[in-house]
Amino acid sequence: MTTNGATAAKAKKASPVGSAANWVDERVGLATLAKKQVRKVFPDHWSFMLGEIALWSFVVLLLTGTFLTLWFKPSMAEVVYNGSYDQLRGMHMSESYASTLDISFDVRGGLLMRQMHHWAALIFIASMLVHLLRVYFTGAFRKPRELNWVIGCLLLLLGTLEGFTGYSLPDDLLSGTGLRAADGFVKSIPVVGTYVSFFLFDGEFPGDAIISRLYTAHVLLLPGVLLALVGAHMLLLVFHKHTQWPGPGRTEQNVVGYPLLPVYAAKAGGFFFIVFGITALMGALMTINPIWRIGPYDPSQVTAGSQPDWYMGWPDGALRIFPGWETSLFGFTIPWNVFLPIIVLPGVMFTILLMLPFIETWITGDKRDHHLLERPRDAPNRTATMVALMTFYGLLWAAGGNDVLALVFNMSLNNIIYFMRVMVFLGPVLAFIIARRWCISLQRADENRILHGYETGVIMRSPEGAYAEKHLPVSADEAFTLTARDRDPIMAAPTEADENGVAARKVHLNRLRYKLNQWWYSHNVQKPTAGELEEARHHAEHELAVHQGEIGHSADGHQFDGRSDTQNESPRQH
Amino acid sequence: MSDHTTDVATREPADEPIPNPGLHEHQPRPTDVDEAAEKRAERQIAAFFGLSALFAILFVVAYFSFEIGGEPDLIMGYGASNLTLGLSLGLALLLIGIGAIQWARKLMSDVEIVEMRHPAASPPEDRAIAISSFEAGVEESGIARRPLIRNSMLAALGALGLPLIVGLRDLGPAPGSALAETVWRRGMRLVNDVSGAPIRPGEVEIGQLINGEPAVFFRNDEEGEPLYEGVELNQAKAKAAIIMVRMRPEEITPAEGRENWGIDGILCFSKICTHVGCPISLWEQQTHHLLCPCHQSTFDLADNGKVLFGPAARALPQLPLMVDDEGYLVAQSDFNEPVGPSYWERG
Repeated sequence: MTTNGATAAKAKKASPVGSAANWVDERVGLATLAKKQVRKVFPDHWSFMLGEIALWSFVVLLLTGTFLTLWFKPSMAEVVYNGSYDQLRGMHMSESYASTLDISFDVRGGLLMRQMHHWAALIFIASMLVHLLRVYFTGAFRKPRELNWVIGCLLLLLGTLEGFTGYSLPDDLLSGTGLRAADGFVKSIPVVGTYVSFFLFDGEFPGDAIISRLYTAHVLLLPGVLLALVGAHMLLLVFHKHTQWPGPGRTEQNVVGYPLLPVYAAKAGGFFFIVFGITALMGALMTINPIWRIGPYDPSQVTAGSQPDWYMGWPDGALRIFPGWETSLFGFTIPWNVFLPIIVLPGVMFTILLMLPFIETWITGDKRDHHLLERPRDAPNRTATMVALMTFYGLLWAAGGNDVLALVFNMSLNNIIYFMRVMVFLGPVLAFIIARRWCISLQRADENRILHGYETGVIMRSPEGAYAEKHLPVSADEAFTLTARDRDPIMAAPTEADENGVAARKVHLNRLRYKLNQWWYSHNVQKPTAGELEEARHHAEHELAVHQGEIGHSADGHQFDGRSDTQNESPRQH
Repeated sequence: MSDHTTDVATREPADEPIPNPGLHEHQPRPTDVDEAAEKRAERQIAAFFGLSALFAILFVVAYFSFEIGGEPDLIMGYGASNLTLGLSLGLALLLIGIGAIQWARKLMSDVEIVEMRHPAASPPEDRAIAISSFEAGVEESGIARRPLIRNSMLAALGALGLPLIVGLRDLGPAPGSALAETVWRRGMRLVNDVSGAPIRPGEVEIGQLINGEPAVFFRNDEEGEPLYEGVELNQAKAKAAIIMVRMRPEEITPAEGRENWGIDGILCFSKICTHVGCPISLWEQQTHHLLCPCHQSTFDLADNGKVLFGPAARALPQLPLMVDDEGYLVAQSDFNEPVGPSYWERG
């Protein structure tokens, strides 16, 4: 900049924003922190929005939840209801139920906030689950992001616990029934079950402590841990930079997209308001958990069709279809029918979920960093594994509504249970096989597309009378995108024993690993080499030229496929 | 498997079939080249924000206009307050979101930019410095050279676990035999769970199911206060709730020792499911089956409450009945086994 003016250069007067930033920078070094992040690049794809829904619904939960705490009284002390709701006035109930009624009927906007809070909770867990599926199916959990997968799994677990503690708080008949079942669950734990129950409820169920204890967990402990883990999840996301789909200009070494300021900030910030707004509309238009309908908790009452919130449905389904097994040994009882499906199974399933990235790495031996996403078809066993898990989950979830299924479809409840007992084992295996083969077929279709081009829909007849569909090469962009994936790494066959002939156990393990590795990749279609592609193109051109000679130029296949200029061509006149 | 370790930077297979065509040139949007389109977008976005503010004001209007509680289904079955508050708040929020995203899509630059990635791992020299610093620190502390200090410190830290665990002891009392007993005693009347009225055998019809409770829940002490109320009532009720059914005596097959537990075909069972403890009351009078609404365990009341189907493992405990001097149904004793879900010490 040249300043050869007549007057002396004067320091520009700092704007209020500038001086504020200056004040902060001199104290915390803000600029160094900000220089890399302000224009940080985020790649764009609709599926990257799923995690955002989870994040924003969590914020909605914090806001609406804080509003609710201003009136909710987490106490089981008995009071006589004196509020606006006629049908329950004069009844004895716990303070927590009475205050929930007050929030619903005597605080303006209270019912709205309660319903928004409940809807946001359902959206929170649903979006975490779908986000998890997206991350898994696209291989976004691979190195270096395994720890973020683990954090995400913990968030799902804590979110579920938040949900359970939350819907137990109003102390209406439904929530009390849920707590009573939970009491039965913990009592089934061998040796310490009754102690856990008595320590949880401060004595015999229902006691007068459980609501206030759950409340502390629900509004302090769990959200605190959730908030910390959400922070860690986001920090790791920023540190690793977001994964991206392969495409022109996108590589393992770069990230292509829009800058945080302004585009991503506006989109993500705007999306917060959209999630918040939709939750508000749901709270206005869709009644959820109308706690006033069935009255306060009474341990001798229950309603038909009692069910937990949907995300608790799958362990409840396992509980429903489990055979009535119980063992008495030396005067002690082990209720397997409760302990296995509701205490052990969720723990096992969660561990499997947590371990998925590590199991896959162990089998594939792939230690490379991965920043380009993989399509589900390009990892058939990975895809099939999750499809099998989803099938298991889905069947148990359906079993959790077996009474509703029996009623709606007029089927025998017993037959549904027999069916489910078999299908929870058979279904995942079938689903695995089908998903795996499906993926491999899609890989083959992709290979065909690269090597032989796309189907034009133009049928050509040779002079001999044979029919063939004309293929044309796909665009350079598409061809690149289809081949922008890694070749499967090849694992060296394990040696029989190490140099000293010891560590035989490791040898067995390595052999198992090698077999798994062979099976993992055995049917995969690798992308063509440059030579193969060249040969296929040559062949296709030759074929086209031959046909071109046979049928003349009018059917070159370009007219109606929308892929090429038709200005100089006119449709054939009949 | 070190043979597969390939650094990101060097992973570029030689026979990549198709070269990366590179990033496309930026295609201008209508709003980039057409000033009228740009102005239109600007007005659109400002309209979204303006409407949002309008709805925020409407929220305030709705807040003060509509009573709550009194008219829970004023508009299309919805409470007027909840509906109007929710709609105005929802639209105020939604319109800000739509405006911001429209702004980003139509007017903010949509030129994609490229940023290079860096390996997550620290550079080797940083690692070396970190390790040697750590080792120097450990060395200076002398923790490796002084096992006595190290071990006693570990023992002290371990011992701190004790107060941590013991401090939680008063979370609740020990279970003792509480779960094995209920308030039922010999001679205690069975009463209707709503009215508290005692029941004569003649009042129960064949096929009927009555939800009952022990009479003690409806009794007052000398000062007129209920004997059981609040937590005590709920705790006692959670174990003592019962159901009474009357079947034809010839349909009942009592187990050995239970022949005289019923009165003219009236039998009494615990209402608490032996699976996880839901109160059971779905009664099929034709088949004498009782179904739990929570997890669908089915019990046969004509056959000593045995489990017919479902996840429960134990029969419903039966309460032996007799008739007192005034002709009302009373218990012969407490249940002779614990009611409700199974647990370790149950035996």
